[in-house]
Amino acid sequence: MENHKAQPLNRKYFTPGVWVLVALAVNGLIFLGFRFYGGIGSVTNLNQQYPWGLWIAVDVAAGVALAAGGFTTAALGHIMHREHYHDIIRPALLTAMLGYTFVAIGVCIDLGRYYFVWHPLFMWNGTSALFEVGMCVMIYMTVLYIEFLPIVTERFVGRVHLPGLFKVLNRPVDSLLRFLDRGLHKTMFVFIIAGVVLSTLHQSSLGTLMVIAGPKMHPLWQTPILPLLFLLSAVSVGFPMVIVESLAASRSFGLKPEMEVLGRLGRLVAPLLGIYLAFKLGDMFIRETFVYLNEFTIESVMWMLEVVLGVVVPLRILLSRKATRHRGWLFTAAFLVVVGVALNRINNFIVAYTPPYAQARYSPSIGEISITVGLIAILILLYRFVVINFPVISLPDGSRISPAKYAIRGAPS
Amino acid sequence: MKLSRRSLLQFGALLGVTIAGGGRSARGGPKNILSDDRMGVLVDTTVCVGYRNCEWACKKAHDMSTLPIETYENRDVLGQFRRPNLESLTVVNEFPSDKPIPIDVKVQCMHCDHPACVSACIVGAFSKTEKGAVIWDSDKCIGCRYCMVACPFQIPAFEYNKPIQPRILKCDFCVHRTANEEKPACVEICPVEALTYGRRHDLVKVARERIRKHPARYVDHIYGEHEVGGTSWLYLAGKDFKKIGFPRNLGNNPAPGVSESIQHGIFAYFMPPALLYALLGSIMWMRRKINHEESASDGKP
Ligand code: SF4
Repeated sequence: MENHKAQPLNRKYFTPGVWVLVALAVNGLIFLGFRFYGGIGSVTNLNQQYPWGLWIAVDVAAGVALAAGGFTTAALGHIMHREHYHDIIRPALLTAMLGYTFVAIGVCIDLGRYYFVWHPLFMWNGTSALFEVGMCVMIYMTVLYIEFLPIVTERFVGRVHLPGLFKVLNRPVDSLLRFLDRGLHKTMFVFIIAGVVLSTLHQSSLGTLMVIAGPKMHPLWQTPILPLLFLLSAVSVGFPMVIVESLAASRSFGLKPEMEVLGRLGRLVAPLLGIYLAFKLGDMFIRETFVYLNEFTIESVMWMLEVVLGVVVPLRILLSRKATRHRGWLFTAAFLVVVGVALNRINNFIVAYTPPYAQARYSPSIGEISITVGLIAILILLYRFVVINFPVISLPDGSRISPAKYAIRGAPS
Repeated sequence: MKLSRRSLLQFGALLGVTIAGGGRSARGGPKNILSDDRMGVLVDTTVCVGYRNCEWACKKAHDMSTLPIETYENRDVLGQFRRPNLESLTVVNEFPSDKPIPIDVKVQCMHCDHPACVSACIVGAFSKTEKGAVIWDSDKCIGCRYCMVACPFQIPAFEYNKPIQPRILKCDFCVHRTANEEKPACVEICPVEALTYGRRHDLVKVARERIRKHPARYVDHIYGEHEVGGTSWLYLAGKDFKKIGFPRNLGNNPAPGVSESIQHGIFAYFMPPALLYALLGSIMWMRRKINHEESASDGKP
């Protein structure tokens, strides 16, 4: 393998595509203004029958699932210590960090009393699945920021140039960074393991969330093993997300895609998806819910879409060694897995939810969609900003041999 | 790498202890006291005639805006199927019956013995009082609406149009009145005594007695005696409860049951997470050692 080194990309920030994203972001922010001015009801279709909608399903549930690349690559690269994957750890970490930040922002937008978002830190309810999700997400987000710190110190140690008056701070800031760098060097493994444990916990508890809705949830999805299904699907979507993102980034920045590493990753996905599918179908047969597939309803169609398009088809593609070496096929398969898991979260939180006294089915409003799309646009814009300015993406580097120096601080090198 | 096995184990142990220590208090969320003397209300739908005075009294007792009581004589609204909401915490719905008089059913929070909202609320804003009421604490609530997702009777309502301090609204069993030994406002005003306030245990006996004395008048079922593990509000009716607006297939197990056992399974004394941490830690340590030896034998740095 060539030697790669993570480095800031030397690219222009603004391109026509970026301007489109900016427009979407601004549109979202305008609706966001209405939400905070007029309350949740002023922009959403939520009502007394449907308390949760697009924001919880996509911004929160799908967001957390799709940020699973962070902990799955950390487990593979750091805990299983597979060196070949080190190049993808940083981009995955960045996605996870930004992803969780946006989950947190999404939660705040959806909370009626967003300014009390800190309450769970002090007011505990151990029986609540949501409490556990909330706590884990808060702690995990902190862990992600800590894991990202070495990238910041690497960028700035010895290069702190504050403008004007702040010049006097150059030295203190530099020594602070150096101090952090040293401290992190010794303790990073604690955070890495904690990150994986915390992820396992809240990825599954996110599934427990809907268990308490009991008969309000369509039997195709309501099952006591929901937490397991959520965990398994999160684990299987982690690598596909990394693949999609890496291929998209290499296209957007005009880099050579790392097909070798990504293909290997893709081959790892097949068994994970297989296990997920086995549990999903096994549960279906034990509870005999396949009868609901005979009816032609929104639920049955959505279930088929989720499972066939999002699990079976990509599984078939990824089982072929040839396909995993081919950029287009690999991207298609990975993208389908991502769509499938996102659909699963939407199905669990929106489609399956059938309250006893519903008058009309919920569908998201323009405002809800605008805000969600706007948030995703901002997320991509931030991603672009970070990879242009910080050493995240690995490029071939002939002059220096440094296998991801900071990727695992404290690892034998 | 200057990482010794000892320091790894120490970290693991430290983390385990910290988490386990936190765990104990985490499990001390709102307690469900379920006193034997908890109160309840028996609603006899065969007595109710749909005067809707209870709706008016409820609003008065909770400082909510209302039209004068005379307007409640209008029986047109009885036909529309209404649900408790932000304007009224209780409503009366009318259903056709095989007998000459239609069936009127008052709806409000059932005040479950094992409330899903209490179990679900992220900050423990809901609690079941010793007297039986399920109440909501505005000081804690963060407005996540998980209680609404959890409630099997679809009762809590949320003020979607308030940008600041939106509330969750639902029947509070008139805790401010019962604290002063007054009856709930609806019970007190009902002119035909369709509602009986008393110890839940006594009310079950009263209800049984009525069914025994008038088998033709009632179906042999006290709704709320066993549904979702029992509720403080109990109903008698002359028609299958499913046909007069009660939710279907709720079952007799407490609504939070499955969810809570999953939570407690995952978090039994925080052992599973701590074990997972230890396991991952040892894998990490071993894999690194193997790699280290491999690269050493390869002659690499
Ligand atoms: S909306 Fe308020 S009362 Fe309901 S679950 Fe959330 S925090 Fe608890």
